[in-house]
Parts: sequence; C-alpha cells; structure tokens
Amino acid sequence: MALGVREYTGIGEIKGPLLVVKGVSRVAYDEIVEVELPSGEKRRGRVLEVGMGYAVVQVFEGTTGISPVGTTIRFLGKPLEIPVSEDMLGRIFNGLGEPIDGGPPIVAEEKRDVNGAPLNPAERAYPEDFIQTGVSAIDGMNTLVRGQKLPIFSGSGLPHNKLAAQIARQATVRGEEEEFAVVFAAIGIKYDDFLFFKRFFEETGALGRVAMFVNLADEPAMIRLITPRAALTLAEYLAFERDMHVLVILTDMTNYAEALREISSAREEVPGRQGYPGYLYSDLASIYERAGRVKGRKGSITQMPILTMPNDDITHPIPDLTGYITEGQIVLSRELHNRGIYPPINVLMSLSRLMKEGIGPGKTREDHAEVSNQLYAAYSRGVELRSLAAIVGEESLSEVDRRYLRFADLFERRFLSQGERENRSIEETLDIAWEILSVLPEEELTNIKEETIRKYHPKYRRPKPTVS
Amino acid sequence: MPVKGRIVRVSGPLVVAEGMSGAQMYEMVYVGEAGLIGEITRISGDKAYIQVYESTSGLRPGEPVEGTGGPLSVELGPGLLGTIFDGVQRPLPLIAEEVAKSQPKRRMFVERGIRVPPLPRDRKYHFRPATDHVKVGEKVEEGDIIGYVRETSLIEHKIMIPPGVRGKLVWLAPEGDYTIEDPVAVVERDGRKIEVKMYHKWPVRVPRPYKVKLDPVLPLITGIRIIDTFFPMAKGGTGAVPGGFGTGKTVTLHSLAQWSEARVVVYIGCGERGNEMTEVLERFPKSKDPWTGKPLMDRTILIANTSNMPVAAREASIYVGITLAEYYRDMGYDVLLVADSTSRWAEALREIAGRLEEMPAEEGYPSYLASRLAEFYERAGRVEALGRPPRTGSVTVVGAVSPPGGDFSEPVTSHTTRFIRVFWALDTKLAYSRHYPAINWIQSYSAYVDLVTPWWHENVDKRWREYRDEAMNILLRENELQEIVRLVGTEGLSEKDKLVLETARMLKDGFLKQNAFDPIDAFSTPQKQFALLKTIIDIHRKGEELIEKGRTAREIREALGRLYIDIVKAKFTVPNDRLEEIEAIRRKALEALEKLEQG
Ligand SMILES: Nc1ncnc2c1ncn2[C@@H]1O[C@H](COP(=O)(O)OP(=O)(O)OP(=O)(O)O)[C@@H](O)[C@H]1O
Ligand SMILES: [Mg+2]
Repeated sequence: MALGVREYTGIGEIKGPLLVVKGVSRVAYDEIVEVELPSGEKRRGRVLEVGMGYAVVQVFEGTTGISPVGTTIRFLGKPLEIPVSEDMLGRIFNGLGEPIDGGPPIVAEEKRDVNGAPLNPAERAYPEDFIQTGVSAIDGMNTLVRGQKLPIFSGSGLPHNKLAAQIARQATVRGEEEEFAVVFAAIGIKYDDFLFFKRFFEETGALGRVAMFVNLADEPAMIRLITPRAALTLAEYLAFERDMHVLVILTDMTNYAEALREISSAREEVPGRQGYPGYLYSDLASIYERAGRVKGRKGSITQMPILTMPNDDITHPIPDLTGYITEGQIVLSRELHNRGIYPPINVLMSLSRLMKEGIGPGKTREDHAEVSNQLYAAYSRGVELRSLAAIVGEESLSEVDRRYLRFADLFERRFLSQGERENRSIEETLDIAWEILSVLPEEELTNIKEETIRKYHPKYRRPKPTVS
Repeated sequence: MPVKGRIVRVSGPLVVAEGMSGAQMYEMVYVGEAGLIGEITRISGDKAYIQVYESTSGLRPGEPVEGTGGPLSVELGPGLLGTIFDGVQRPLPLIAEEVAKSQPKRRMFVERGIRVPPLPRDRKYHFRPATDHVKVGEKVEEGDIIGYVRETSLIEHKIMIPPGVRGKLVWLAPEGDYTIEDPVAVVERDGRKIEVKMYHKWPVRVPRPYKVKLDPVLPLITGIRIIDTFFPMAKGGTGAVPGGFGTGKTVTLHSLAQWSEARVVVYIGCGERGNEMTEVLERFPKSKDPWTGKPLMDRTILIANTSNMPVAAREASIYVGITLAEYYRDMGYDVLLVADSTSRWAEALREIAGRLEEMPAEEGYPSYLASRLAEFYERAGRVEALGRPPRTGSVTVVGAVSPPGGDFSEPVTSHTTRFIRVFWALDTKLAYSRHYPAINWIQSYSAYVDLVTPWWHENVDKRWREYRDEAMNILLRENELQEIVRLVGTEGLSEKDKLVLETARMLKDGFLKQNAFDPIDAFSTPQKQFALLKTIIDIHRKGEELIEKGRTAREIREALGRLYIDIVKAKFTVPNDRLEEIEAIRRKALEALEKLEQG
C-alpha cells in the first residue's frame, strides 16, 4: 500500500461518524485518513468502503464541527499502524496508541498494522501451563492456563475490577520466576475505574511491566474500535518476539460492541439481534483470537476481557457471542454479591475449556480433575435441593439431601469466599475442597475413584495442621 | 480466454469489478495486485460481484481482477489424509513455510496472496495397477478403479477414472513410484488420448456423481453411550448438534471424529477457535484409532477456517470438505464429515448477502438459507459408486449449530431440523451441572432406531431393543415425576414412582454421563453399553417385583449399599475388555435384592 499521501477537499455527505469523500482516486480500503478542520484541528479516520470516485471514511473523533467546506482529507497510504517496543511497558497511551503520560516519544523498533493477521492454527501450540491465580473458584474449578482467553462476565456494580486486579497481582506459573507483563486496555470506562487500575498497578509496584491504552467514557467512541487492537498489537510483539508472557486485560468489551453498533447503524446495515451488526461475532473473534502460544516461541498471550452484561442477561448478544469465541467464562453473580460473598463467582455458569490440559500430576495434583467434577456435581445438586427445600421445607428432605444443603453452604462460605488479598496455593484449594466434600457420605462421591478417596479423603488421612 | 477486469468497489470481503463480461457464475478469480483468491457470486451486465477469501485491506479501485476460467475446485488425489487445509484447500503448514521464506518472524501468521499447491507435487507414491479387473485394450468408464496407492497406514487410496472420462484403456502404468503429476494411464476416445493422473480436480459446489443412492442400513457406532443406545447415527445419515456456548458441541464432534467407526473423517472447523484445530493436530497423531490401533491422523483430514480468518472462506470451506468426503466415498469408504459450526457458515452467507444488498428474510439471513442447508445435507448418504468393481460407500454428515442465546427457534436451527434425521439437543442446564455429554434425552431424537435394531440384535443381544425402550420410558417417566417433585417434594409419590426416580438417577450417573476425557470412559463398545444398561434395568425389574411384595424404594437402595457405587462407577472402572466384571456386579446386586426379598 505504498501510495504516499493524497489530499482532497470534496465532502459529499456527513452522517453520524461517517464522511463520504468525493472525487477521490486510488484510495485503498482500510487506509488511514487525516481530517484537517479549518481551525487547524486534526482528526483521524479510516476508509470503510471505496468505489470509483468516492470513499466512505469513519472519523474516530466524530464529525461534530466538520463542515463540507474548508475541510481537508488526507489519505495516508497505509493502514493504521502503531510503533511497538519493549519500552512501551511502564507507559500510558491513548486509545490510538499515542503516549499521553508526558514521557518521551516511543522509539519504534518496528511499526505494525493494528489489525494484525490471523494466527495459523498449524503454528499454534496448545496452551497447557497452569496459572495459579490464588483464587479457589478459578484454580480449583475453572483453571486458567497460559495462552487462554477467559473473560469475566459481570454486571454493573459487581466487583469485576477487584477480581481482575487480584488475578493480575497473584497470577504465577509455579516453578517460574518470571512475572507477567500486563497490557491493559481501557475501553470507554469511567475515570474512577481507570484510576482504580492505575493506583493498583502503582501500589503493587507493577507499573514498570504494565502498558496502558486508555479510552475513557467521555472520549470519542469510534476510537474504542481501535483501542483493543492497538493493545493486542503490542502484546503480540512482546509475546512472540520478545519471549514475554503477557496478560491482556480488556475492559469493558460492552462499550466496544456498542461503538460497533453505532458505526453499523450509521452505515444503514441490516441489523442483527438487538441492533448489533450481523458480523459482531467475526469482529469480536478478530480480537479474542489474538491470544495463545505459538510453536518455537517462548512467550504467550493470555487474555482476560471484562464485560458487563446488560441487565445481567447472559443471553444478550455481547456475552453470548463472546462465550461462543472465548475458551470459557467466569460469571459473577449479583445474588452471591448481595449475600456478601467475595469473589461472587457463579461456578456453575462458569467454565474453563482449557482446564483439562493444565491440571493433573506434575501440573497441579493428581486428584484435581476428580475433585473438581465432584464439587460441581455436589454443588449443583445442593443448589437444586435448596430451591426444593424452599418449597417443601427442609424437614421433608432425606438425611442425605440435608447433607447436600450443608455442603452447598460450606462450599460458598468456606471454598468460594476468600479475602481480596488471600492468595491460596492449589494444594490449599484442593484441601479445602476435600474438607467440605467430607460432609457428604462417602457413597455420594461417585465422581472420584476409590484409590483417590483412600489417598486424599480426610477420613483416611493423618490429621495435619491446616494452613489458612 | 479468462476475463480481465478492474475493481470498482471494495466493501469488506465484497469486491465489485467491471469489464468482466464473459465471466461465469462461481468462477474463481484473482483479485488485485496481490492476487487474492475470490469467487464470483453475482453477475450484472459486465460487473461481477466477488467474495474474496482473504483480507481485502489495502485493495483499491482500479486494481486488476483476473478470471481463471473455472469454478473454485479442489484437487483430489493421494496426500489429502493427515493434512490440515484452510477454507480453500491450501495446506496451512505450507502457508507457514511460504510466509517464513520472506518474513521469518511472521511465520505464525497467515499472510495474504499466498499460492501453494493443495497436494504435494514432489512426493512419490507407490502405485499398483489394478490388473485384476482392468485390462489394457478394454473399455473403462468413470469411477473404474485402475490402481491402488497406500496413502496411510489405514487407507488404501483407489485411483479411479475421473468423472466424465471414458474410452479404451490404451496404457496402464506398471507398478512403481510416481508423483501425482505423472500419468498412470491413457484412455483413448474418438482418436483422442486422455492422460489419467493420480489426481484430478473437481468443482466444490457440484456434488460428485454416483450410481444410485441407497438407504442407510448400518449404525455408525460412536462409542458414546447416549448416542449409540438412545439416539443412534447411521452410516450415510445426517445429524445436527445444536447448543448454546459451552454445552459440548465441539467435544461431541471431536469424540465422533476420534472414536466413531468411520474409515475416513473430514473435520471442518468453520468459524471456530484456532486452538480447537491445534488440539486435533496435536492429539490425533498420538491417539490410536480404536478400531485398528493405527494413528488417528492417518484417517483424518482437517479443514480450518477459524473465526478470525476471512469470513467468505468460511462459506467455501463447507463445500471443500464435503467434496473431499464424497471422493473417499466413491472409493467405497464410510466417511464421516463433521462441521463445527454450520451457524458460522450461515452467518458468512448472511454477511455476503448483506453486502450484496439482497433482500433479507428472517433475522437478516438471505431467503436461500434453507435451500443451501438442504443442498449441503443432501450430499450425505450411502451410495453405490460409479464404476467397477461394484462398491458402496457413505458420507455421514454431522453439523454443529450455535443458536444465539441457545434459542432453538432461530432460523439456522429450525431450518436444519428439516433436513436432518438425528437431533442431539445440547442443554445449557445439563452443562451447568456438568452432566456431560449434555444431550437432552427428552428433546433429542433419531430416525434410525428401527433401522439399527437388527444390527444390535445380531451383534450384541437379542433383547437390546426391549432394554433400550424400557430405559427410555423410565427416563421419560422421571421427567414427568420431576415436575411433581418440584411442586410438592417426593413425599406424595408411590413407591413405584420413587423407584423410577432412583433408577433414573442410576441411569444418568452410571450410563448417560460420559467423560470424554477419561481413558476408560470415553469409548464404550456396544457390548459394554449393553452390559451397563442391562445391569441397571435388571435391578429395576427386580425392584419392581419387590415393591409389588411390599418393599420400599429406600429399602431397595439400602440393600444395594456400596454396590450402588460399583454400578455407577463401572463405566470408568471397567474397561471394554473386562465386561465379566460388570456381569459380576450385576449378579451381586441381584443377589442382594434376592436377600431383601427373603427378608
Ligand atoms: N463429554 C464431555 N466430557 C467431559 N467434558 C465435556 C464433555 N462435553 C463438554 N465438556 C466440557 O464442556 C466444555 C465446553 O464444551 P465445548 O467446547 O464442546 O462446547 P461448545 O458447545 O462447542 O461451545 P461453543 O459453541 O462455544 O464452541 C469442554 O471444554 C469440556 O470442559
Ligand atoms: Mg465449540
């Protein structure tokens, strides 16, 4: 696309964030554009469609104040690129990847197209290194592995930021010294949410290994379409060229999807469900799939997108399509939160699809898979019986069923609940699991093999001091 | 003379070019200076509307578009098995090699405009002429097998006279090593000589010809208990696996690809995750085909157009896959094709239709969605292949469906149900409680139960159907009872009904739930399936007798004691080759109940 800069002044139409520029030639699809207002103000945009003599341009900063007369449009002859360099860690950028922290400009080792290119499935390496987050509900039952994309499905007012921060602070791969580099993308979030993360990184002394890309709620919405891509472009560089393990936090993907809806309706496209464009799935995938490991490289990209579910509705297109792309999800529950449980993770709705490869002997512990299955089976039965007990009364349940109720309570109070700064090892997590499972009659542990019970069930184990 | 035009419009994956008169519908074209692969999907005057299979970023009006004179086609010949292709049959490992040549650091990315041959040109295969039934000087027709190549440890590739070729065989290559470009036979017709090579090309959107379509007659055993016993698939049948995210579609398709009794498996990852393809690539070469003990990859072809790859190629990938499947069917093999997910394919159709500004029907899908789905599933079936020797082959098609919000009333799910015979409905609630496979036994169905019954009776046990139906009825009855229990608890139920609840729980825990990742549980032979089923149903029958005699469901459960655990754990403690242990458990359980009867 080496075309050089071409300049035009003919704006045919302005609608929403779009300009239709007339009389152009040799404009490339997806090319980046500079729009200069008579005042000298400069805005940026990109080409969404080209035809003979016209181009449709999306202006990132919006079209407010743009007039068809006196405005100059420059086509820059290349796609949107950002410089990438290790020096970007410790720095803060705007949503388009330009430094805003007053520091020196980035001396680029290389510039890269923010759209990236699809990873070749034949060159990927399957993620399988257990990340200990220190959070029992995750490590024990929804294990995260290096290179996974695992979103947090939350609702407004739920402690997703706290949880994401706790994970970012505690995440380690056992047996390795190296800490994660963090690439953080703030997508249309409120200033205080941004401040929360900034302070958190400062306090933990992590700022030096964090790069932040920030687009706040009061900043132009169209930039949100670029912010996660700019962040991931840096992450790919750090992971696959600089051998780093990178944790990417994208928050809030709901704001991203809303910006996409806005541009789609401005283009008068046939809307899909709830006004979101039919290509929302593919578009989200072009972000979420930029995670993983590749053969022959040491680094990895682990993605933790955060999204708030409108009306706490998991079937809303944004969480729904996200769930169809990511490798599981951590779902936060308002009900648990209101009962004062932290972290309020609804484990039944949560899932880690890459768990099976990351656990077991040599990685976590040999009983892990069986214990996790048993916790699920027992807790879901407990929850079911709880609603039954609400109707028929606890007295009319059998002795065994009452034990399940007790198990469900213990599960929430003892296993799920933990401090914001409590960092449990996987052994502690599994030991707590055995402790609460032992309130059930042994015959009920149908997911666990006899040998495993003999080895780990508290009944057969010599008592030893519990750590907690 | 292929056409040459120029681009006048670019909008996402859609490119419009003018100066294209003479172009054909569905002709494959090269777009722009980078030579991106595209396909013509509409012609209007001298304008052609092209869906482009690679990212169009950077394309400009005025750039050239070149026709190829032919439709999008695949190469069919030895070298397909064990390979992973993209949506238009480019081998992904070769793409990586190609990228690495110019940009070693970017080897892991799929870059644009890369042309690599689908089948290796330099590899030699050992060809054996089929002199047992074709002779030089005699007539040959399309489909006649003229030679054999051992393609992998599992599959003997039959070299056939390509469709459309017939005449006198004037030369047949002697046994020896040849590349696919070397001629292995010459056929003469009307004085014209046609060279036959080990490969030929076939347009993906045209079903390959066969002699006659036959009804399916045999089950496709999958080793998944709820499938084989309750909702069986037939060789040459069609099925759908719909379900919300995370309910187990991919795990089910992986299990089918891994365990089912097919000779060749075509796995299409259509708009899904890259890691899921990587998983197959890493796991299959290490796993063994349960039927032969050979590496699974030796019977598998992967087609990967992941969700982040260009959307138009998703549309093509389905046709590429089914064409490869038909090709092995024509050799006389039973082929299984799984497509994950057909919803993403339908969405690709929708996106292209939207860009073409076609009138949308339901939820923005084009009005031809149903007919496209029908055409696709119609390419499944058991057939008598063309040519000699006479042979039958089959293509079984199973498609995952990903309904938005898990709602089965949406267009893709509802249209799909019209064209398939087996429906494995995945249930979010079952998945949440980790009841895997989360196949809902109330909503699912199979039209092949009657058809497979004789096979079970001949090969496993004469009372299979009786046991299977009885178990199904217990599950149906339990479902009704649960409605009552939810309102009033279990107190008001009769002892007989309480027994139904107990047995249903045993069926769920000890039979229906099956862990796809447990080395023993993942694959159950039909014999093991029946042994487990028989154990549970025999206990139920004995229980019913006891209740007639005044015993309670609780007493029955208590009489079983720890045997109950043995029964529900047998699926993962007893391997397929030690079924006598299940029989022993059954006998002990019946004895325990016998004792209860005697008081
Ligand atoms: N038979 C099974 N045995 C054990 N685990 C299973 C089974 N089926 C599903 N699972 C679990 O459920 C998870 C999700 O399954 P899967 O990836 O197949 O869902 P899916 O329906 O394909 O979802 P999506 O539509 O998002 O791709 C798996 O990672 C696995 O943990
Ligand atoms: Mg899937």
